[in-house]
Amino acid sequence: MRIVFEKRESVSRRATVLVPVVSFVVSLIFGAILLAVSGANPFVTYAAMVKGAVGSWYGITETLVKAIPLMLTGLAVSIAFRMRFWNIGAEGQLTLGGVAAAGVALYWSQGLPGWTVLPLAILAGIVAGALWAGIPAVLKAYLKVDETLTTLMLNYVAILYSEHLYYIAWRAPGYNSGTAKFPETAWLPQIAGRANVGLIFAIILAILLWLVFKYTRWGFELKIIGENQTAARYLGINIARNIVLALLLSGALSGLAGACEVLGLSRRLQQGLSVGYGYTAIIVAWMAQLNPIVILFVAILMAALLVGGDQIQMKMRLPASVGLVLQGMILIPMLAGTIFTEYRIRIVRPEKHAQPEVTS
Amino acid sequence: MNAESSPTPILEMRGITKHFPGVMANDHADLELYPGEVLALLGENGAGKSTLMNVLVGLYRPDEGEIYVRGQRVEIHSPRDAATLGIGMVHQNFMLVPTMTVAENIILGMTDLPFAPRMDEVARRIREISQRYNLEVDPNAYIWQLSVGEQQRVEILKLLYRGAEILILDEPTAVLTPQESHELGRIIKRMTDEGKSAIFITHKMEEVMEFSQWVRVMQAGKVVAVKKTAETNPQELARLMVGREVLFRLEKDACTPGDVILELRDVSADNDKGLPALRGVSFSIHGGEILGIAGVAGNGQRELAEVVTGLRKVTQGKILINGQERTNKSPLEIIQSGVSHIPADRIGMGVVGDMAVADNIAMKGYRQPPLTEHGILHPRRILELARRMIETFRIATPSPQTHIKFLSGGNIQKAILAREIDACAGLLVAVYPSRGLDVGATEAVRRRLLEQRDAGRAVLLISEDLEELLTIADRIAVLFEGRVMGILPADTADIETLGLMMAGAHESKE
Repeated sequence: MRIVFEKRESVSRRATVLVPVVSFVVSLIFGAILLAVSGANPFVTYAAMVKGAVGSWYGITETLVKAIPLMLTGLAVSIAFRMRFWNIGAEGQLTLGGVAAAGVALYWSQGLPGWTVLPLAILAGIVAGALWAGIPAVLKAYLKVDETLTTLMLNYVAILYSEHLYYIAWRAPGYNSGTAKFPETAWLPQIAGRANVGLIFAIILAILLWLVFKYTRWGFELKIIGENQTAARYLGINIARNIVLALLLSGALSGLAGACEVLGLSRRLQQGLSVGYGYTAIIVAWMAQLNPIVILFVAILMAALLVGGDQIQMKMRLPASVGLVLQGMILIPMLAGTIFTEYRIRIVRPEKHAQPEVTS
Repeated sequence: MNAESSPTPILEMRGITKHFPGVMANDHADLELYPGEVLALLGENGAGKSTLMNVLVGLYRPDEGEIYVRGQRVEIHSPRDAATLGIGMVHQNFMLVPTMTVAENIILGMTDLPFAPRMDEVARRIREISQRYNLEVDPNAYIWQLSVGEQQRVEILKLLYRGAEILILDEPTAVLTPQESHELGRIIKRMTDEGKSAIFITHKMEEVMEFSQWVRVMQAGKVVAVKKTAETNPQELARLMVGREVLFRLEKDACTPGDVILELRDVSADNDKGLPALRGVSFSIHGGEILGIAGVAGNGQRELAEVVTGLRKVTQGKILINGQERTNKSPLEIIQSGVSHIPADRIGMGVVGDMAVADNIAMKGYRQPPLTEHGILHPRRILELARRMIETFRIATPSPQTHIKFLSGGNIQKAILAREIDACAGLLVAVYPSRGLDVGATEAVRRRLLEQRDAGRAVLLISEDLEELLTIADRIAVLFEGRVMGILPADTADIETLGLMMAGAHESKE
C-alpha cells in the first residue's frame, strides 16, 4: 500500500469549505494540548476566549474595533499580492497614514471651516499611505529593486518617525508621550461601541474592489500581470505603470486604515498605532485567498482571536505570551490546510494478484 | 539481425497501464525490442510514448504491467535502476552542465567513482568509445562551446560510457539540421551493428522509415499497430497514427503580392546575454505573402520575432510597418499597428494558464468595444466571442470557462491562433506554430496561415521544419548566426541547399 500526494484536477468546491473547518478543529486540538501542558483547562480557556470575543456587546464591538484596520490593510495587501508584488509594508503605510491624518487634525484645523477638517485629515492619510507605497513600487517597476526589502525597511522608517513625533516633536505639554487630543471637528464618528465609521468604508471598498477585479478592464489587466508577466508584456500591457497604480491604491487603503485608527479610536497620535495589523493583514489576505469579500470575514475572525487572546490573559491569569502562542497554533494548521484544496492524498492498494517478484 | 533469427527480445513490456488524474496515459501497452534493432515509437502528442518510456527508465511507476529485461522480470524504481540494467535515455532537453567539460559531464552523477577521478583516464576511455561509434567530440571541450548536434553526441556518449545496451532517444532530430540528422542515423547504425538496441520516439513518418526496423504506433495510450518498417509506408503510418487519412499536400494558390507590409533595414540586436544575435538583417514581406525563416534553433530566430513585435530593442537599423517607422516601439504600439504574434513559447507567453479559455481569447480584443465600454468589461460579449471562436477554430474544450492549461497543446495553439488572427490587421508573426502538434492540429494551423496570406496579410513564419516551410511559404530566408544567408523562392528551393545554408554554407565557417 502506498500513499500518494497528488494534484487535484480542479479546485474542489467541497474541499474549499471542508478544509478550513477541519483545519480549525485540528488547530483547537493542538491548542488544547498546549494549554493542558501549561496547566490550564483547555475547555474553560476556549470558553473564555469565545465569551471574551463575542460573548457580550462590548466583546463584539471590541472585535470590530480590531477588525476594521485588519479589513482595510487586508484589502490593501491583497491588491499588491494579486500582482505578485510582495508588499509587506502595510504597517508602515498605515503608520504614516495615521501620522498625516494627525498632522492635519492638530495643525490645520484652526484655519479651516469645521466640516472640511475630517475629510481633509482622511485624505491626508490616504495620500501619505499611497506615496509611502509608491516609493518601493517605482523602485521595483523601473529599477527592479526587490520590493520585500524596500517595503519592510520603509516600515521601520515610518514607525520610528511616528515615535519621534509623539515622543518629541508633537508631544503635548505635561505628557510623557502622545500628542494633544484632536479637536472634535476631526473626530471620525463611532457607530457601535468604539467601532468607527471605518467599518463602513471597509465594506464599501471590499465590494468596489470585487467589482473592479471582476468587471473592469484594469482588473483584467492586473489579473493577467499577476498570473503571467511574460504573457502580459507580450499582450502589450504596461506592467511598470500598472504596478505603480496598484501599489498607490494598496498604500492608500493602508493609509486610510491608519487615519481611521487615529481619528476614530485614539483621537490623538500615541503609542499603539503600530501594533502589527499590517503584518496580520498578510495572513488575512492569504487565508481569504485574496477575495475582497472573504477578507472582511477573515478579518473579523482574526480580530476575535486577538480580543479573545487578550481576554484569557486577563481572566485566566495566563502569561501574556500564551495568548499569542495560541493564535499562532490556530493559524498554522489553517494555512497549512489550504494545500488540500489543490492537492489530495490517495491511498493506492497493491495489485490483488501480486506474486513473488524478481527484483533487480 | 531480425526478429525471426533471434526470438528472445532484450526488452519486453507487458500490459503497462498508467493513470494520471483524468487521463489514461498508458492503457495495457506492450513493447518488444530485439538486440541490434531500432524500434520506432510513433504517435501524436499525448499518445503516451513519453509516459511509456518514463516508466521504462524508472521516472514513473506503472499502475499495472510487467517489464522483462533479457527474459528476467524486473522492477525499475529509478533511473539508477534502469542504468544498472543497461537502459539509458537521451531526453529532448539535454541534461548537461554548460560550464563543465565533456568528460566531467560524462562522469557526473556516477556512483562508483573514486574520490578523485583520473580525468586523463576518463578522457582516454571517452576517445576510445567515440572512435568505436564515430561520435566525434573533444573530451576536454566545454559544453557551452559545442553545437546542439555535438551536445547530443555527448548525451549518447554518456550512456555508452556507462555501458548502456538499450538507448532511448526522445525526438532526437528536432534540434538538428538535415545533415546532422543523417549523421545521427549513421551513429545509430553503428551502435546497432555493435549489438546495441534503440527505441526512437518520434511523430515524423520519414524518420521512422529512415531509422527503424520495427515500428509501434501509439494512439490514446494504446499500441494500435506493430509493423515491420520495410513492410509499411508513410501514408499507412500516418493513417494509423491519427486514425484517418491525412492530406500531405495543402492546396495553395499562386502568390499575389501586394504592398510591402514589413520591412527590416540592416537590423541588429543583442540576445539576453548582451551578445549580438542579429547582425544586419534586411528583408521585406508583401501583403499576400508568406516569408519563411529557416535555420537551426538559436541562430537569431527568437530575437528576430521579438524585435518585430516590440519585445526586444534593436541596436541598429530600422523596422517599417506599412511604410511607417516602428523601430523600438512598445509592444502595445506594435499591436496597434496591426501586428499579431503567435509566440514560440505558447504556454509561457501565449496564454495565461490559470485563466479561462474565453478570457484568453479576449486578451487582444478586450481593450476596445464591444468587449469593453468606458473601462467596463462585458463578460457576456466575451463569452459570445469565445463561443464563436471555439466553433470556427474547432477548439476542443469542455467549456469556455475551463482554465486553458487543461487543454492539449494543439487546442491551446488553436486558441492563440483564434485570438491573433481575429486581431490581425496586416502582419502575422508565427514562430514555430506547429511545433509539437500532432498531424491534425498541424494541418489546421497551416491552413489558417494560408488563409491569412490569401486574405492579403503578410505572414512571417519562423519554423524549424523545412517540410513546413517548403509547403506553405512563398519565399524562404535562411538565418545563420544572426545573418540572412540568402532568400530563395520556395518552389525552387530544396532541402539539401537549405540545409547547407543553415550550416552557414554561403560564408566559410572554419
